[in-house]
Amino acid sequence: MTRKLLTGNGAAAWGARLARADYIPAFPITPQTEIIEALSLWVDNNEMDARMVTLESEHSMITAAGSAASSGVRVFTATSSQGLLYAMEMLYTVAGWRVPFVLVNVSRGLAAPITLESDHNDIMAARDSGFLQIHSATCQEVCDSILMAYRLAEHQHVRMPAIVNLDGFYLSFTREPVALPDPEQAAKFVGEYDPENLQFRGKAPLSQAMAVLGGGPYSYFRYEAHLAVQQALEVYEQIASEFNEIFGRRYDMIDSYQMEDAEYVIVMFGSFATKARDAVDSLRAAGWKVGLARIRLFRPLPAEQIRALLTGRRAVAVIDQNISMGMGGVLHSEITSTLYGVKNAPPVVASYIGGLGGRDISQQEFFQMIEEIKTASDKGTSLPTRLLYTQNEMTEMRKLQAIAHVEHEEINQK
Amino acid sequence: MFRIRFHGRGGQGMKTASRILGTAFFMQGYEVQDAPRYGAERRGAPIFAYVRADKSPVNERGIISHPDLVVVADDTLVGMPAAGVLQGIDENTVLLINSHEDASTWQQRLNTPATVLILHAREDVEDRAELPYVGSRCAAAAAALTGVIPRDTFEQALREELGHLGEKIVEKNLTVALAAYDAMQEHAGSVTESALLSAKDYLAPDWIDFPFEDATVSAPAIHAGATSIEVRTGLWRTMRPVINYEKCSGCWWVCSTYCPDGAIRVRDDGKPDIDYDHCKGCLVCVAQCPPHAIEAITEHEAQKQETAGANT
Repeated sequence: MTRKLLTGNGAAAWGARLARADYIPAFPITPQTEIIEALSLWVDNNEMDARMVTLESEHSMITAAGSAASSGVRVFTATSSQGLLYAMEMLYTVAGWRVPFVLVNVSRGLAAPITLESDHNDIMAARDSGFLQIHSATCQEVCDSILMAYRLAEHQHVRMPAIVNLDGFYLSFTREPVALPDPEQAAKFVGEYDPENLQFRGKAPLSQAMAVLGGGPYSYFRYEAHLAVQQALEVYEQIASEFNEIFGRRYDMIDSYQMEDAEYVIVMFGSFATKARDAVDSLRAAGWKVGLARIRLFRPLPAEQIRALLTGRRAVAVIDQNISMGMGGVLHSEITSTLYGVKNAPPVVASYIGGLGGRDISQQEFFQMIEEIKTASDKGTSLPTRLLYTQNEMTEMRKLQAIAHVEHEEINQK
Repeated sequence: MFRIRFHGRGGQGMKTASRILGTAFFMQGYEVQDAPRYGAERRGAPIFAYVRADKSPVNERGIISHPDLVVVADDTLVGMPAAGVLQGIDENTVLLINSHEDASTWQQRLNTPATVLILHAREDVEDRAELPYVGSRCAAAAAALTGVIPRDTFEQALREELGHLGEKIVEKNLTVALAAYDAMQEHAGSVTESALLSAKDYLAPDWIDFPFEDATVSAPAIHAGATSIEVRTGLWRTMRPVINYEKCSGCWWVCSTYCPDGAIRVRDDGKPDIDYDHCKGCLVCVAQCPPHAIEAITEHEAQKQETAGANT
């Protein structure tokens, strides 16, 4: 299979093209805009048979996406960060409509203060919306995941929208070798969209704006949606096997690396996980039994698989590139709740917050996290949540605060 | 793994340079990663792009902190801390500077452990934002220095990346780029790959226990006025507007009003002053001045004159 160099954004556009999306509602935002630029060029050149419409906001864009999906066409759209948040009301709404489509989110930290660079708080904000979530770590995976996401979302047992996430800058603007699936094979894999009874027409009315009071009907619809998202766990395996058979690339719900005999495990998601792979290699070369479990499918959460992978390990370091104010790392709390009461659960599950707003995580930091969890496990102690933040960063911060004229005396006392 | 960083100004083609070199490595059978790094800057502002290439898949991501090769398209960036040209360079780094000056001058000036090489700057260049073909030249020089990219592979990569611009532009780029490739041949192979960081013996990060601070300190608010003064956007300038006060009619308002950055102030005597710390060199004032009393000279020339003035 020939490969070409593509950015994460380029790979996302190809995913939409290969899935033969019919309708693309769009609104630009950094670092996502390249995706819709690429698509608009193809649509303009008749290289892609789709209708593309620019909306006046992300709120309308998601409404248009959900509405179009209700009419029985395949829909693709993309956003990032503030755009995703602006659309949040409609994310919950269209998920409630039970309409399948694929939304690519290019992760970027949230205001305030504002940034352009990557972290996962935007995508975490969509965690409870009903959208399925697949997190990619490479440009190849971005393209492949979009094809898989259509299969998952459109499956008759699921019929929910799906988000494929990629990190801003670290993937969006970074070129890597990508083996583009053959268009015929991709079309065959994704298949025709069978909208079942989602065929809104003038002559076939469909109302999705119903109100339900009293709680009983509401609870029914909401819990059915939850069960539908969980159905994706059942169908995922088959879709992943089929993908592997056709394209020769295997994507598990959790991407395990050197896990077989691992005593110490890093758990995380996103593109920084490839850096963790290097760290695992270096640590293994230094005699450490270290492994990496990268969560790819985050909604539904593959709880069984997480338990199977982590029980019996000596210690786990969960790295979150997000923070739930007043709680800590979102992934950490989900991993620990998954492991609660499980026999042979690892005695140490430490929480590290790092990579906020594009802040890098160095190899030395990966090494040090493993060192810390090993020490805690040897001593039988636990570890407090740690923000990956160095003295040097604090010194630079103090310089900025001095310029901003924050309370000088207080800073100087510290 | 080869780790290569290109430094230049917005508009000089550093992203293009990284893509040409990335494609050349890729065609040569390497696994590749290339990316530009920029924020909200514009033409003339310092930017950089980078390339990683290895025989096995590239897992490393983000800014290259320890480069094997640093290519500088614009030598005025070398001494500019904000540009970060010298960041992380050590005795294994090759520093290639596009410059009129020679290697020993730079080696002395920088007192750097890196090996300094010079890509001889073209004499005919005026506006450094338009250093013609400098991206292609830098990519070609870098390709030659690695010693693993044959000349015809580089040519093919350049054609692949610039083909959409048309044959004429491709040919012009090729001519100057291949000349740079040939000029670097004597140093072919001087850039070497460096290994993964070992976990056996590493410097532990100096993490701090993160302190709680009251909102008076920790809210992201700026209480000082006019902090934008601290951002020396004059560093982005490639052409400098210079006022000829003999021609200036003292109109009081045209240049200062049109200046989009508020970098021109009118003195009490009715004559304008340009704040070169913040003038970005857009030259709107040059176009607007009714008696044509503002002319544009290259920043390179202006700085040469200033140095000469300071020495007399």
